[in-house]
Amino acid sequence: MLNLNSRLARVAISIAKHLSTRDYTSMCRAGYTPTAHLQPLFQQNSLTNLYKGSMFKKHNFLSTTTSNNTAEGGSEQNETISVTFVDKDGEEKLIKVPIGMSMLEAAHQNDIELEGACEGSLACSTCHVIVMDVEYYNKLEDPTDEENDMLDLAFGLCETSRLGCQVIATPELDGVRLALPAATRNFAVDGYVPKPH
Amino acid sequence: MFNMRIFRARKLLCRSFSNTLHSEPLRVCVVGSGPAGCYTAEKMLKAREQAQVDIIDRLPTPFGLVRSGVAPDHPETKIVVNQFSRVAQHERCSFFGNVTLGSSVSLSELRRLYHVVVLAYGAESDRNLGIPGENLKGVLSAREFVWWYNGHPDGQNLDPDLKSTDTAVILGQGNVALDVARILLRPTSELATTDIASHALATLEESSIRVVYLVGRRGPAQAACTAKELREVLGIKNLDISIQESDLILTPADEEELKSNRIHRRIFELLSKAATSRPRHAGLNQRRLHFVFFRKPDSFQESKDNTGHVSGVRFEKTVLESVGPGKQIAVGTGEFEDIKCGIVLKSIGYKSVPVDGLPFDHKKGIVPNDEGRVLSDTSDTAALEEGLYVCGWLKRGPTGIVATNLYCAEETVSSILEDLENGVLISSTAALKPGRNGLLKLMHDRNVRIVSFNDWEKIDSEERRLGSSRNKPREKLATWNELLTATAEGTEYST
Repeated sequence: MLNLNSRLARVAISIAKHLSTRDYTSMCRAGYTPTAHLQPLFQQNSLTNLYKGSMFKKHNFLSTTTSNNTAEGGSEQNETISVTFVDKDGEEKLIKVPIGMSMLEAAHQNDIELEGACEGSLACSTCHVIVMDVEYYNKLEDPTDEENDMLDLAFGLCETSRLGCQVIATPELDGVRLALPAATRNFAVDGYVPKPH
Repeated sequence: MFNMRIFRARKLLCRSFSNTLHSEPLRVCVVGSGPAGCYTAEKMLKAREQAQVDIIDRLPTPFGLVRSGVAPDHPETKIVVNQFSRVAQHERCSFFGNVTLGSSVSLSELRRLYHVVVLAYGAESDRNLGIPGENLKGVLSAREFVWWYNGHPDGQNLDPDLKSTDTAVILGQGNVALDVARILLRPTSELATTDIASHALATLEESSIRVVYLVGRRGPAQAACTAKELREVLGIKNLDISIQESDLILTPADEEELKSNRIHRRIFELLSKAATSRPRHAGLNQRRLHFVFFRKPDSFQESKDNTGHVSGVRFEKTVLESVGPGKQIAVGTGEFEDIKCGIVLKSIGYKSVPVDGLPFDHKKGIVPNDEGRVLSDTSDTAALEEGLYVCGWLKRGPTGIVATNLYCAEETVSSILEDLENGVLISSTAALKPGRNGLLKLMHDRNVRIVSFNDWEKIDSEERRLGSSRNKPREKLATWNELLTATAEGTEYST
């Protein structure tokens, strides 16, 4: 009987601790967000919207877009683009990717579950992503033989598949949506066609 | 009576609090530290915050075929060991090397010690052709040859004779066959700066082999290799490639197959291009690689001096026959052809080895399973073997690349999690198991010298240290003795 009671007591104490810690932290977070931080974000969004708007309105605007953006000033904000990752359950995550960074690196920096077994050396296909809009896919440079060799082996390969380590952020990719392939989709035990090795 | 009530009450308390308290951890043992084992461990650790995962391996070195299978001149494919190292170093994971399933510990013992046992020990044997002469000297398995040049401690004594012949025949046209061809034909100066085992490099430097045949039963549209490897072998410096243009004629059935298969289509294109490009060099000692198609090995011929050595392979010419949509098999025509050679490497597939107490499908060479759950036999009425799972080549057969195991592990771990949720698998709260401590005690009682991950890091440092003075990324310690000795030493820095 004694054992039971002391165990209950221990449980109660640990639960209480857990709850109180959480409250404390969340209160801290809620109260701490400095309004100063909101402003640059707001500006960045409006610039992005401006760019997007111009893309749809005037096609010839594209050629001068880059210089236009830098002319607008605040080169800090122009150095990232918006990229949305959609995981295999359909959940979306919008991240900011600095221009020049690969999608693989960006994914890792933002805790997105994109594998990268060979760490970007074009020796595997685990960072395979699907470019969801053909328009964006067409903006990318054609894959090299080496990338195509790896794409051959990618699971769930489709027409707009690319390796995440080979897709580098450029201004024209702003707004791109990348889907992570459904991994176990084509993994039937019966009738499974073994891939060569 | 009173005690029983307390016991039951406690159990109830345990279960009801299992989701909020630090419950009894799920104890998982993964057998095999190659890609299948490491990806399984990683996913288990992520899926269950309380899971404790132990990875055992019969070798003192982890990473399976990434260390002993991937060719020395493919270092980028080995980068994945960084990820696998992080898994082994995870606070809830332990690596126990030099622990052999079947001798150090039995399968039934592991199942008693852990809630979940996942077998991921791959395929360490070979398919046999079952044709006359297979036991002649000089008829080797590609698997053993790969172990040999990769410094696997069990491959040390292969001692292939590369000095008494200028011709090698490789049976098979998969990536392993291409690896072997490449290692035999590549200028050794290029191999000297890789992590190839030094005993193999020395033998290759004295090799007289200049002509290699890569022989397949079917045609170029069915070749099992992949583009990167084929491109690489076709691009070797000063190597002449020989492909018969008549072999490249496609039948309607071939065209049908290629239409829906990107991999085979690109392979066919590469082979076609290579066939039409003229030989670049003609001269003494010229290295040549022949792609031979539509030839099925019939028998191995013995040299006339009766020393029991192979002197050639007799092949039966084949034609393709459709056996279903998109599937053609090679059928003998009764016409024969010989290729003379002094060494044969069979690269026709690996085969898994069963252990005591493990259901096995001898026809397929795998453990009967349902999405990774081990079944008691291969019949339709097979029962589930509780707590026993399988991943990798032992589950699927010896095919695929490193990444294939990523998805294989996902499936097996899904099955485990499903079984835990449905109560099909006994949970950690319902039954306590000794786990890691139990295994350690048992190994200690049996005098098994466990090699920890830290110990492996000593081997790793030593190999890299030895390699750096020879302009190699590492110098592999290729014997059991050297490996175990390195684990005993401290990390003394000696010049």
